[in-house]
Amino acid sequence: MILAPPINRALLPWPAILQRGAPGVAMTERQPSDRRRWFEERLEPLMDRLYGTALRLTRDPDDAEDIVAEAVGKAWARLDELRDPQRFEGWLFHILTNAFISDWRRRQSRPQRPMDPEAPSPDELDIGSFTLFQQLHQPFLLWWGSLEEQFFQNLLEEDLQRAIDALPDAFRMAIVLVEVQGYTYEEVSRLLGIPLGTVRSRLSRARGLLQKMLWQQAREAGVISGHRAAAHQGKGDEQP
Amino acid sequence: MSGQPLTCEEVIERLFDYLDRELDDQQAADIERHLHRCRDCFTRAEFEKRLRARVEATGTAAAPTRLRRRIRALIDRFDDGHDATC
Repeated sequence: MILAPPINRALLPWPAILQRGAPGVAMTERQPSDRRRWFEERLEPLMDRLYGTALRLTRDPDDAEDIVAEAVGKAWARLDELRDPQRFEGWLFHILTNAFISDWRRRQSRPQRPMDPEAPSPDELDIGSFTLFQQLHQPFLLWWGSLEEQFFQNLLEEDLQRAIDALPDAFRMAIVLVEVQGYTYEEVSRLLGIPLGTVRSRLSRARGLLQKMLWQQAREAGVISGHRAAAHQGKGDEQP
Repeated sequence: MSGQPLTCEEVIERLFDYLDRELDDQQAADIERHLHRCRDCFTRAEFEKRLRARVEATGTAAAPTRLRRRIRALIDRFDDGHDATC
């Protein structure tokens, strides 16, 4: 359970963006109610993305709510630190990411309650170089009649969520930070405190494992039509 | 424009760096030039782009009403704290 940060109004000066003379800010916005409105108007359109991102990171609705609440509380408390209002979204997501990573590290430091007790060390996993495209692609078929198209037509969001959630923590974080949140490899390296090469390696393995799981899901669900799947059976089985 | 055109192997090797915007402008332009003339690599790139977009979309989920209420209460509590200290 993540607790919301203690709030002490005395520590909260006016945000720089709302201070006198700040460009584009009306004088009336310096009133407390306007400060709150300014914050809430910018927060509201981001709520679904904040929660969705938190959900992918934590895999748990309660934990996701906790880190969103923690991040929003911190953002509200530190609004004065935001110098450029155009950066509100990135700033808020950065706070969310840091809230998750701090909580994740706390959990990791408790050996009796690891998040993935049975998961092997992700950097030791032998994923190989599995690619979904290689399994699906048939060079001489038109796109709309292809297995690729059939795969996408039948790929449900829940299937994709389930596959992402099934990734080991380190892999899932790499995928979410880069593909969902748009962080650079360098930023992920700094956020997680791991070498750049490890970021690349985890991303590559995460993608291989994710695509392998999606391929298996598609075959088990029968969304790849029988004769085509059979044609690809040998190719799929050759892959690790 | 850089020297030698990229091979398919080089493009596939750097494809995710390209999609993740990790390449500099020149390197990205080299990849794009190859994708314009190579149907196989273009098809692969489009597949990965499409899957990446689907992964990105999983980062959006309807925030529960309970969470919205909790955040409003958090900010209310902040305001109450301020009133108490005034």
